Amino acid sequence: MSSTLTASGLTLIRGDRCLFRDLSFAAVAGELLLLEGPNGSGKTSLLRAILGLIELEAGAIHWDGASARDRRQEFHANVAWLAHRVGLKADLTPVENLRFAAALGGWSTADLDAVLERLKLDKLKSLPLRLLSAGQQRRVALARLPLSGATLWILDEPFTNLDREGRELVLKMVAEHLAARGLCIMAAHHDIELAAPVQRVVLQ
Amino acid sequence: MSERETSLPDLLPGAYALVRRDLRVAWKRPGDVFNPLIFFAMVATLFPLATGPSPEQLAFSGPGVVWVAALLAMLLSLNGLFWSDFEDGSLEQLLVSPLPLPALALAKTIAHWLLSGLPLVIVSPAIAMTYRLPGAVIGVLMLTLMLGTLSLSLLGAIGAALTVGLPRGAALLSLVILPLAMPLLVFGARTVSFVAAGDSYAAGVYFLAAYAVLGLSLAPFATAAALRISNE
Repeated sequence: MSSTLTASGLTLIRGDRCLFRDLSFAAVAGELLLLEGPNGSGKTSLLRAILGLIELEAGAIHWDGASARDRRQEFHANVAWLAHRVGLKADLTPVENLRFAAALGGWSTADLDAVLERLKLDKLKSLPLRLLSAGQQRRVALARLPLSGATLWILDEPFTNLDREGRELVLKMVAEHLAARGLCIMAAHHDIELAAPVQRVVLQ
Repeated sequence: MSERETSLPDLLPGAYALVRRDLRVAWKRPGDVFNPLIFFAMVATLFPLATGPSPEQLAFSGPGVVWVAALLAMLLSLNGLFWSDFEDGSLEQLLVSPLPLPALALAKTIAHWLLSGLPLVIVSPAIAMTYRLPGAVIGVLMLTLMLGTLSLSLLGAIGAALTVGLPRGAALLSLVILPLAMPLLVFGARTVSFVAAGDSYAAGVYFLAAYAVLGLSLAPFATAAALRISNE
Protein backbone atom coordinates (compact mmCIF):
# COMPACT_ATOMS: atom_id res chain seq x y z
CA MET A 1 0.00 0.00 0.00
CA SER A 2 1.21 3.53 -0.57
CA SER A 3 1.91 5.85 2.30
CA THR A 4 0.92 9.44 2.97
CA LEU A 5 2.16 12.17 5.22
CA THR A 6 -0.38 14.79 6.17
CA ALA A 7 0.34 18.02 7.95
CA SER A 8 -2.59 19.97 9.34
CA GLY A 9 -2.66 23.44 10.83
CA LEU A 10 1.07 23.75 11.43
CA THR A 11 2.16 26.88 13.25
CA LEU A 12 5.76 27.52 14.20
CA ILE A 13 7.10 30.43 16.20
CA ARG A 14 10.85 30.85 16.63
CA GLY A 15 11.85 33.52 19.08
CA ASP A 16 9.19 36.19 18.60
CA ARG A 17 8.77 35.56 14.89
CA CYS A 18 5.99 33.50 13.38
CA LEU A 19 7.49 31.46 10.54
CA PHE A 20 4.23 30.01 9.30
CA ARG A 21 0.67 29.83 10.57
CA ASP A 22 -2.00 27.23 9.94
CA LEU A 23 -0.06 25.50 7.17
CA SER A 24 -1.59 22.30 5.80
CA PHE A 25 -0.43 19.96 3.06
CA ALA A 26 -0.21 16.29 2.22
CA ALA A 27 2.67 14.43 0.65
CA VAL A 28 1.56 11.46 -1.39
CA ALA A 29 3.45 8.62 -3.02
CA GLY A 30 4.88 9.38 -6.42
CA GLU A 31 4.76 13.16 -6.02
CA LEU A 32 7.52 15.54 -4.99
CA LEU A 33 6.58 18.04 -2.30
CA LEU A 34 8.77 21.05 -2.93
CA LEU A 35 9.17 23.73 -0.27
CA GLU A 36 10.00 27.12 -1.69
CA GLY A 37 10.67 30.47 -0.14
CA PRO A 38 13.45 32.99 0.41
CA ASN A 39 16.27 32.51 2.92
CA GLY A 40 14.99 32.57 6.47
CA SER A 41 11.42 31.76 5.48
CA GLY A 42 11.46 28.63 7.62
CA LYS A 43 12.02 25.83 5.11
CA THR A 44 14.59 24.02 7.23
CA SER A 45 12.54 24.63 10.38
CA LEU A 46 9.49 23.11 8.70
CA LEU A 47 11.48 20.01 7.70
CA ARG A 48 12.89 19.68 11.21
CA ALA A 49 9.41 20.13 12.67
CA ILE A 50 8.10 17.33 10.43
CA LEU A 51 10.87 15.11 11.79
CA GLY A 52 9.95 16.03 15.36
CA LEU A 53 13.27 17.77 16.01
CA ILE A 54 11.53 21.02 16.92
CA GLU A 55 8.27 21.50 18.70
CA LEU A 56 5.39 22.98 16.76
CA GLU A 57 3.30 25.70 18.33
CA ALA A 58 0.19 24.06 16.93
CA GLY A 59 -0.79 21.45 14.39
CA ALA A 60 -0.06 17.79 13.83
CA ILE A 61 1.86 15.52 11.48
CA HIS A 62 0.29 12.20 10.59
CA TRP A 63 2.07 9.32 8.94
CA ASP A 64 -0.37 6.78 7.48
CA GLY A 65 -3.08 8.06 9.78
CA ALA A 66 -1.07 7.73 12.99
CA SER A 67 0.45 10.70 14.77
CA ALA A 68 4.14 10.92 13.94
CA ARG A 69 4.83 12.30 17.41
CA ASP A 70 3.17 9.51 19.32
CA ARG A 71 4.68 6.82 17.13
CA ARG A 72 8.04 8.40 16.66
CA GLN A 73 10.00 5.18 16.25
CA GLU A 74 7.76 3.74 13.53
CA PHE A 75 7.80 7.08 11.74
CA HIS A 76 11.58 7.43 11.93
CA ALA A 77 12.03 3.88 10.68
CA ASN A 78 10.40 5.07 7.43
CA VAL A 79 12.34 8.31 7.03
CA ALA A 80 15.72 9.22 5.59
CA TRP A 81 16.92 12.73 6.51
CA LEU A 82 19.49 14.62 4.48
CA ALA A 83 20.36 17.73 6.46
CA HIS A 84 22.54 20.71 5.69
CA ARG A 85 25.33 19.15 7.77
CA VAL A 86 26.31 15.81 6.30
CA GLY A 87 26.13 13.81 9.55
CA LEU A 88 29.28 11.80 8.86
CA LYS A 89 32.50 11.41 10.81
CA ALA A 90 35.44 13.16 9.15
CA ASP A 91 37.95 10.63 10.48
CA LEU A 92 36.18 7.59 9.08
CA THR A 93 36.05 6.44 5.47
CA PRO A 94 32.84 6.58 3.41
CA VAL A 95 32.44 2.82 3.79
CA GLU A 96 32.90 2.93 7.58
CA ASN A 97 30.42 5.81 7.82
CA LEU A 98 27.80 4.08 5.71
CA ARG A 99 28.25 0.74 7.46
CA PHE A 100 27.64 2.51 10.77
CA ALA A 101 24.53 4.22 9.41
CA ALA A 102 23.32 0.85 8.18
CA ALA A 103 23.89 -0.81 11.55
CA LEU A 104 22.06 2.03 13.29
CA GLY A 105 19.07 1.92 10.96
CA GLY A 106 19.03 -1.85 10.48
CA TRP A 107 19.58 -1.57 6.72
CA SER A 108 21.15 -4.10 4.43
CA THR A 109 24.56 -3.20 3.01
CA ALA A 110 24.28 -5.57 0.04
CA ASP A 111 23.95 -2.64 -2.41
CA LEU A 112 26.74 -0.61 -0.85
CA ASP A 113 29.26 -1.06 -3.67
CA ALA A 114 26.69 -0.41 -6.37
CA VAL A 115 25.49 2.79 -4.69
CA LEU A 116 29.05 4.04 -4.17
CA GLU A 117 29.84 3.38 -7.81
CA ARG A 118 26.76 5.20 -8.95
CA LEU A 119 27.73 8.25 -6.88
CA LYS A 120 31.28 8.05 -8.28
CA LEU A 121 32.71 7.32 -4.85
CA ASP A 122 34.15 3.88 -5.55
CA LYS A 123 37.72 5.18 -5.83
CA LEU A 124 37.42 7.23 -2.63
CA LYS A 125 35.79 4.66 -0.42
CA SER A 126 38.83 3.93 1.73
CA LEU A 127 39.96 7.52 2.27
CA PRO A 128 39.06 9.39 5.45
CA LEU A 129 36.16 11.71 4.77
CA ARG A 130 38.10 14.84 5.68
CA LEU A 131 40.29 14.35 2.58
CA LEU A 132 37.19 14.51 0.36
CA SER A 133 35.84 17.74 -1.10
CA ALA A 134 32.57 19.22 0.20
CA GLY A 135 30.73 17.93 -2.87
CA GLN A 136 32.16 14.45 -2.46
CA GLN A 137 31.17 14.43 1.21
CA ARG A 138 27.65 15.37 0.19
CA ARG A 139 27.63 12.45 -2.22
CA VAL A 140 28.48 10.12 0.67
CA ALA A 141 25.54 11.59 2.60
CA LEU A 142 23.32 11.05 -0.44
CA ALA A 143 24.32 7.38 -0.52
CA ARG A 144 22.33 6.94 2.69
CA LEU A 145 19.05 7.60 0.86
CA PRO A 146 18.90 4.54 -1.42
CA LEU A 147 20.66 2.34 1.16
CA SER A 148 18.14 3.17 3.87
CA GLY A 149 15.21 1.76 1.91
CA ALA A 150 13.11 4.48 3.59
CA THR A 151 9.73 5.37 2.12
CA LEU A 152 9.96 9.07 2.88
CA TRP A 153 12.99 11.12 1.91
CA ILE A 154 13.31 14.53 3.55
CA LEU A 155 15.97 16.57 1.80
CA ASP A 156 17.21 19.98 2.89
CA GLU A 157 18.93 21.74 -0.03
CA PRO A 158 20.30 18.51 -1.51
CA PHE A 159 22.09 20.35 -4.31
CA THR A 160 24.47 22.29 -2.07
CA ASN A 161 28.13 21.86 -3.14
CA LEU A 162 27.23 19.51 -5.98
CA ASP A 163 28.41 19.93 -9.58
CA ARG A 164 26.00 19.80 -12.50
CA GLU A 165 26.39 16.07 -12.88
CA GLY A 166 25.77 15.59 -9.16
CA ARG A 167 22.59 17.70 -9.28
CA GLU A 168 21.29 15.65 -12.18
CA LEU A 169 22.07 12.47 -10.29
CA VAL A 170 20.06 13.68 -7.29
CA LEU A 171 17.09 14.47 -9.52
CA LYS A 172 17.38 11.06 -11.11
CA MET A 173 17.52 9.32 -7.75
CA VAL A 174 14.47 11.29 -6.56
CA ALA A 175 12.57 10.47 -9.76
CA GLU A 176 13.34 6.77 -9.38
CA HIS A 177 12.32 6.85 -5.73
CA LEU A 178 9.01 8.53 -6.60
CA ALA A 179 8.42 6.09 -9.45
CA ALA A 180 8.78 3.27 -6.90
CA ARG A 181 5.87 4.79 -4.92
CA GLY A 182 8.15 6.62 -2.54
CA LEU A 183 7.57 10.05 -0.99
CA CYS A 184 9.92 12.98 -1.06
CA ILE A 185 9.81 16.36 0.66
CA MET A 186 12.51 18.74 -0.52
CA ALA A 187 13.51 22.27 0.33
CA ALA A 188 15.37 23.95 -2.50
CA HIS A 189 15.70 27.29 -4.15
CA HIS A 190 16.99 25.90 -7.42
CA ASP A 191 14.51 25.40 -10.22
CA ILE A 192 13.73 21.75 -10.49
CA GLU A 193 12.99 19.85 -13.65
CA LEU A 194 11.56 16.54 -12.73
CA ALA A 195 9.56 14.00 -14.70
CA ALA A 196 7.37 13.26 -11.68
CA PRO A 197 4.52 15.56 -10.59
CA VAL A 198 5.57 18.35 -8.21
CA GLN A 199 3.45 19.93 -5.51
CA ARG A 200 4.75 23.30 -4.34
CA VAL A 201 4.41 24.75 -0.85
CA VAL A 202 5.54 28.37 -0.75
CA LEU A 203 6.64 29.92 2.53
CA GLN A 204 6.68 33.68 2.85
CA MET B 1 -6.82 2.38 8.70
CA SER B 2 -4.97 -0.81 7.97
CA GLU B 3 -2.38 -2.26 10.31
CA ARG B 4 1.09 -1.66 9.01
CA GLU B 5 4.09 -3.83 9.56
CA THR B 6 6.98 -1.53 10.29
CA SER B 7 9.98 -3.53 11.31
CA LEU B 8 12.11 -1.65 13.80
CA PRO B 9 15.84 -2.34 13.76
CA ASP B 10 17.32 -4.31 16.62
CA LEU B 11 18.50 -2.28 19.57
CA LEU B 12 21.68 -4.09 20.53
CA PRO B 13 23.46 -4.13 17.15
CA GLY B 14 22.70 -0.42 16.75
CA ALA B 15 23.99 0.55 20.19
CA TYR B 16 27.01 -1.70 19.75
CA ALA B 17 27.76 -0.12 16.37
CA LEU B 18 27.67 3.31 18.02
CA VAL B 19 30.18 2.26 20.71
CA ARG B 20 32.41 0.75 18.04
CA ARG B 21 32.22 3.86 15.87
CA ASP B 22 33.27 6.09 18.77
CA LEU B 23 36.16 3.78 19.64
CA ARG B 24 37.23 3.75 16.01
CA VAL B 25 37.14 7.56 15.75
CA ALA B 26 39.22 7.76 18.95
CA TRP B 27 41.70 5.26 17.50
CA LYS B 28 42.21 7.61 14.57
CA ARG B 29 42.74 10.64 16.78
CA PRO B 30 44.54 9.29 19.86
CA GLY B 31 45.26 12.80 21.17
CA ASP B 32 41.69 13.03 22.44
CA VAL B 33 42.35 10.04 24.69
CA PHE B 34 45.87 10.96 25.78
CA ASN B 35 45.31 14.64 26.59
CA PRO B 36 43.13 14.00 29.69
CA LEU B 37 45.60 11.32 30.84
CA ILE B 38 48.54 13.68 30.58
CA PHE B 39 46.48 16.35 32.34
CA PHE B 40 45.74 13.82 35.11
CA ALA B 41 49.45 13.10 35.59
CA MET B 42 50.35 16.80 35.47
CA VAL B 43 47.79 17.86 38.09
CA ALA B 44 48.89 15.02 40.38
CA THR B 45 52.50 16.17 40.01
CA LEU B 46 51.64 19.79 40.80
CA PHE B 47 50.49 19.12 44.37
CA PRO B 48 53.84 17.94 45.82
CA LEU B 49 55.49 20.93 44.16
CA ALA B 50 53.16 23.23 46.08
CA THR B 51 52.87 21.39 49.40
CA GLY B 52 56.35 19.89 49.76
CA PRO B 53 57.59 16.37 49.04
CA SER B 54 57.86 14.83 52.53
CA PRO B 55 56.84 11.12 52.40
CA GLU B 56 54.31 11.38 55.28
CA GLN B 57 52.57 14.31 53.67
CA LEU B 58 52.47 12.58 50.27
CA ALA B 59 50.94 9.41 51.69
CA PHE B 60 48.42 11.52 53.63
CA SER B 61 47.30 13.69 50.70
CA GLY B 62 47.70 11.01 47.98
CA PRO B 63 44.14 9.62 47.85
CA GLY B 64 42.57 13.07 47.75
CA VAL B 65 44.97 14.39 45.13
CA VAL B 66 44.52 11.42 42.81
CA TRP B 67 40.75 11.73 43.12
CA VAL B 68 40.68 15.48 42.45
CA ALA B 69 43.01 15.05 39.49
CA ALA B 70 40.82 12.26 38.09
CA LEU B 71 37.70 14.40 38.53
CA LEU B 72 39.29 17.31 36.66
CA ALA B 73 40.56 15.07 33.88
CA MET B 74 37.07 13.62 33.44
CA LEU B 75 35.62 17.14 33.23
CA LEU B 76 38.17 17.99 30.56
CA SER B 77 37.12 15.04 28.41
CA LEU B 78 33.37 15.44 28.97
CA ASN B 79 33.14 18.55 26.90
CA GLY B 80 33.81 16.61 23.71
CA LEU B 81 31.27 13.90 24.44
CA PHE B 82 28.56 15.23 22.13
CA TRP B 83 30.34 18.21 20.62
CA SER B 84 31.83 16.62 17.50
CA ASP B 85 28.60 14.74 16.78
CA PHE B 86 26.69 17.98 17.14
CA GLU B 87 29.03 19.86 14.87
CA ASP B 88 29.07 17.41 11.96
CA GLY B 89 25.36 16.63 12.13
CA SER B 90 25.78 13.03 13.34
CA LEU B 91 23.80 13.86 16.45
CA GLU B 92 20.79 14.83 14.37
CA GLN B 93 21.02 11.51 12.55
CA LEU B 94 20.97 9.77 15.96
CA LEU B 95 17.90 11.80 16.95
CA VAL B 96 15.96 10.67 13.86
CA SER B 97 17.12 7.08 14.12
CA PRO B 98 14.34 4.60 14.91
CA LEU B 99 16.24 3.32 17.96
CA PRO B 100 15.24 4.68 21.38
CA LEU B 101 17.40 7.68 22.17
CA PRO B 102 18.17 6.72 25.81
CA ALA B 103 19.82 3.53 24.55
CA LEU B 104 21.97 5.53 22.14
CA ALA B 105 22.81 8.03 24.88
CA LEU B 106 23.91 5.14 27.09
CA ALA B 107 26.03 3.74 24.25
CA LYS B 108 27.73 7.14 23.82
CA THR B 109 28.30 7.32 27.58
CA ILE B 110 29.82 3.84 27.76
CA ALA B 111 32.13 4.66 24.86
CA HIS B 112 33.15 7.82 26.71
CA TRP B 113 33.91 5.88 29.87
CA LEU B 114 35.96 3.30 27.94
CA LEU B 115 37.97 6.13 26.37
CA SER B 116 38.46 8.39 29.37
CA GLY B 117 37.43 6.73 32.66
CA LEU B 118 39.03 3.35 32.14
CA PRO B 119 42.42 4.75 31.04
CA LEU B 120 42.48 6.88 34.22
CA VAL B 121 41.83 3.78 36.33
CA ILE B 122 44.62 1.95 34.54
CA VAL B 123 47.13 4.79 34.95
CA SER B 124 46.20 5.59 38.57
CA PRO B 125 48.51 2.95 40.19
CA ALA B 126 51.53 4.69 38.64
CA ILE B 127 50.47 8.01 40.16
CA ALA B 128 49.56 6.34 43.46
CA MET B 129 53.01 4.77 43.69
CA THR B 130 54.70 8.13 43.33
CA TYR B 131 52.61 9.15 46.36
CA ARG B 132 53.96 6.09 48.20
CA LEU B 133 50.55 4.51 48.72
CA PRO B 134 50.85 0.82 49.71
CA GLY B 135 49.57 -1.96 47.41
CA ALA B 136 46.34 -2.71 49.29
CA VAL B 137 45.38 0.96 49.18
CA ILE B 138 46.08 1.14 45.46
CA GLY B 139 43.66 -1.75 44.86
CA VAL B 140 40.86 0.10 46.64
CA LEU B 141 41.81 3.32 44.89
CA MET B 142 41.34 1.62 41.53
CA LEU B 143 38.02 0.13 42.62
CA THR B 144 36.67 3.49 43.79
CA LEU B 145 37.95 5.23 40.67
CA MET B 146 36.34 2.58 38.48
CA LEU B 147 32.92 3.19 40.05
CA GLY B 148 33.47 6.93 40.40
CA THR B 149 34.54 7.60 36.81
CA LEU B 150 31.59 5.56 35.54
CA SER B 151 29.25 7.73 37.59
CA LEU B 152 31.04 10.83 36.33
CA SER B 153 30.60 9.75 32.71
CA LEU B 154 26.89 9.15 33.28
CA LEU B 155 26.37 12.36 35.20
CA GLY B 156 28.57 14.34 32.85
CA ALA B 157 26.65 13.07 29.82
CA ILE B 158 23.57 14.91 31.10
CA GLY B 159 25.54 18.13 31.46
CA ALA B 160 27.30 17.66 28.14
CA ALA B 161 23.95 17.09 26.43
CA LEU B 162 22.47 20.21 28.03
CA THR B 163 25.37 22.46 27.03
CA VAL B 164 26.23 20.96 23.64
CA GLY B 165 24.78 23.72 21.51
CA LEU B 166 25.97 26.61 23.64
CA PRO B 167 28.96 28.80 22.94
CA ARG B 168 31.54 28.43 25.74
CA GLY B 169 29.53 25.54 27.11
CA ALA B 170 32.64 24.02 28.73
CA ALA B 171 32.64 26.44 31.65
CA LEU B 172 28.92 26.00 32.17
CA LEU B 173 29.32 22.23 32.03
CA SER B 174 31.84 22.33 34.90
CA LEU B 175 29.52 24.51 36.96
CA VAL B 176 26.60 22.14 36.38
CA ILE B 177 28.52 18.94 37.06
CA LEU B 178 30.86 19.78 39.94
CA PRO B 179 28.21 20.18 42.66
CA LEU B 180 26.64 16.87 41.69
CA ALA B 181 30.06 15.19 41.62
CA MET B 182 30.99 16.27 45.16
CA PRO B 183 29.49 13.22 46.90
CA LEU B 184 31.62 11.04 44.62
CA LEU B 185 34.74 12.93 45.63
CA VAL B 186 33.88 12.79 49.34
CA PHE B 187 33.17 9.07 49.37
CA GLY B 188 35.87 8.14 46.87
CA ALA B 189 38.78 9.94 48.46
CA ARG B 190 37.69 9.28 52.07
CA THR B 191 37.24 5.57 51.41
CA VAL B 192 40.81 5.32 50.16
CA SER B 193 42.02 7.28 53.18
CA PHE B 194 40.15 4.89 55.49
CA VAL B 195 41.93 1.92 53.94
CA ALA B 196 45.26 3.70 54.35
CA ALA B 197 44.42 4.14 58.06
CA GLY B 198 43.46 0.47 58.36
CA ASP B 199 39.67 0.95 58.57
CA SER B 200 36.91 -0.82 56.68
CA TYR B 201 36.09 0.52 53.25
CA ALA B 202 32.91 -1.43 52.42
CA ALA B 203 30.46 1.39 53.14
CA GLY B 204 32.16 3.83 50.80
CA VAL B 205 32.40 1.31 47.98
CA TYR B 206 28.72 0.42 48.42
CA PHE B 207 27.79 4.07 48.19
CA LEU B 208 29.82 4.55 45.00
CA ALA B 209 28.31 1.39 43.52
CA ALA B 210 24.81 2.59 44.38
CA TYR B 211 25.55 5.96 42.76
CA ALA B 212 26.76 4.19 39.60
CA VAL B 213 23.70 1.93 39.46
CA LEU B 214 21.38 4.89 39.95
CA GLY B 215 23.25 6.71 37.20
CA LEU B 216 23.06 3.73 34.84
CA SER B 217 19.31 3.48 35.26
CA LEU B 218 18.35 7.16 35.21
CA ALA B 219 21.04 9.21 33.46
CA PRO B 220 20.42 7.89 29.90
CA PHE B 221 16.83 9.14 30.03
CA ALA B 222 17.87 12.58 31.29
CA THR B 223 20.63 12.71 28.66
CA ALA B 224 18.18 11.83 25.89
CA ALA B 225 15.74 14.52 27.01
CA ALA B 226 18.57 17.06 27.24
CA LEU B 227 19.75 16.17 23.73
CA ARG B 228 16.29 16.79 22.32
CA ILE B 229 16.13 20.19 24.01
CA SER B 230 19.62 21.19 22.87
CA ASN B 231 18.82 20.31 19.28
CA GLU B 232 15.67 22.39 18.98
